[in-house]
Amino acid sequence: MEYFLQQLINGLTLGSIYGLIAIGYTMVYGIIGMINFAHGDIFMVGSFIALAMLVVLGVTAASSLPIIILAILLVLLIAMVFTSVWGWTVERLAYRPLRGSFRLAPLITAIGMSIVLQNFVQVTQGARVKPLQPIVTDGITLLQGGGPGGGIVVQLSYMQMIIIVTTVALMTGFSLLIAKTPLGRAQRACEQDAKMASLLGVDVDRTISLTFLMGAALAAVAGTMYLLYYGVIDFYIGFLAGVKAFTAAVLGGIGSLPGAMLGGLLIGLIETFWSGYFSVEYKDVAAFSILAIVLIFLPSGLLGRPEVEKV
Amino acid sequence: MESARPRWDLDPVLTVEHLMMRFGGLVAVNDLSFNVGRGDITALIGPNGAGKTTVFNCVTGFYKPTSGRIVMRHGEKVGTGLIEDLTRSGRQYLARDGHAAFLLERMPDYGIAHHARVARTFQNIRLFGGMTALENLLVAQHNKLMLASGYTIAGVLMLPGYRRAKQEAIDKAVYWLERVDLIERADDPAGDLPYGAQRRLEIARAMCADPHLLCLDEPAAGLNPRESAELNELLQFIRAEHGVSVLLIEHDMGVVMEISDHVIVLDYGVKISDGPADFVRNDPKVIAAYLGVEDEEVELVESALETREAGI
Repeated sequence: MEYFLQQLINGLTLGSIYGLIAIGYTMVYGIIGMINFAHGDIFMVGSFIALAMLVVLGVTAASSLPIIILAILLVLLIAMVFTSVWGWTVERLAYRPLRGSFRLAPLITAIGMSIVLQNFVQVTQGARVKPLQPIVTDGITLLQGGGPGGGIVVQLSYMQMIIIVTTVALMTGFSLLIAKTPLGRAQRACEQDAKMASLLGVDVDRTISLTFLMGAALAAVAGTMYLLYYGVIDFYIGFLAGVKAFTAAVLGGIGSLPGAMLGGLLIGLIETFWSGYFSVEYKDVAAFSILAIVLIFLPSGLLGRPEVEKV
Repeated sequence: MESARPRWDLDPVLTVEHLMMRFGGLVAVNDLSFNVGRGDITALIGPNGAGKTTVFNCVTGFYKPTSGRIVMRHGEKVGTGLIEDLTRSGRQYLARDGHAAFLLERMPDYGIAHHARVARTFQNIRLFGGMTALENLLVAQHNKLMLASGYTIAGVLMLPGYRRAKQEAIDKAVYWLERVDLIERADDPAGDLPYGAQRRLEIARAMCADPHLLCLDEPAAGLNPRESAELNELLQFIRAEHGVSVLLIEHDMGVVMEISDHVIVLDYGVKISDGPADFVRNDPKVIAAYLGVEDEEVELVESALETREAGI
């Protein structure tokens, strides 16, 4: 039981990170129907920016609590701003000129951009892994298992708390933004019929740019959290995290915002439980197998709308 | 008759000059010129495939015309000087002394809607089916709201300026929902509304964009006689109360002849007749193109053709 609880907490944490990245995939797909394969690398760039900022600010675990909190908030903000600019630039340079081209064109450039970003970071930052001394340590003990040898301790670290709380707050805020603001309304309108939205005076290109910007900002948060949680990053982390988050988006129903969140959490949980109860080596296989099974029985994902042919 | 030029030539809101639209080897519209009078209800009619919708698509920026000039005017009796200056300048629009002129063939579609204020509806209704009726009308007011929301930041903070703008937008949407008798369905997804209601909602949405010119592509298609009569009333209301000029494509001759001030007839992409409804109705060329509208009219064309042949 204790073991289960601990795995649940770990899974939710990992799932939160996947969910934040998955939103970027799902929103871009929703609005222009393309899979932005460079999105995972935008997440990686975000984590590098966060690392640079943390080194510059020089916070360590020894700093006082208010300073740590302030530093993390500052790092988040800066990482979001800079990563958004990266996301915006990628869209502007690589995707917009190809809009209206044949269907595979943006997909190929997306893969190209992914390689560009990876190599850029590899060349400028080096290929070796970058460690970060843990800044947020400690946690609270939820349960102290009985039995000989003290049993298993169920721990919720402060870092896990930060990740889950930030994710919940961001996802709530984000859902409200999409549901209530003029920008969100325009995004939904473009998703349904971009040409018509344009004829009503909505600047579709700008709306798409803002979508990339928002997705990148959320990926930056995920990147920062990943860095603080695992303490190691390299230029290649974007690939697997990106593929997992993409899987999460498809699992939840690509194009659906709550679907991306749910899918992220599910993939995180599946992966963690599989490694906890079966084998660590096959955790990725487990995640992708579940995806395959879901897609066979629910082709449009858990919360996705079935594809309706536009007449 | 020659001395009194019709109203639409004296104070046009839209002028189409030598418009040509070519798709590969097919010429859909060829050297078409006409005026749409300010405050008029103008009908564009013609047999299937005559190029009516192509004209609409050129006017609203859906297509880039192969050649020709499309001028939209804001303000009464905009001088030709302004338009010539604009044409030479290479700009998209020019404003001077409370007048403004727009060259639509140079503008992107959202600019035509946003700046030149031309709104349109579609033959096959294009509502945002997954959004509510109210939201559909709010999307049409996007630019105003976006500006008031300070590109979302003021909107998120719910600043008073944004709250006021939002309330105004909702008030306007409610006004039009009441007008088209859909206020009870404001929060239903637009895609769930019955066909006739969707047609009315699309007109309401176009009106929420504050147009100077409203382009309606077959607004009466698929409506029953009662709905058709209501549509006539709605269009006359729009023209009378809001001073919006209306350009419509229509097959339903009842609608066209009853409400149009000015009728333009196309056939094979070429204008074959242009004038008041009464004139066009009796124009032998029109009847020949349309043959079979009504028995009396067929007889009329036959006798007209006979007299013409006799003349030769």
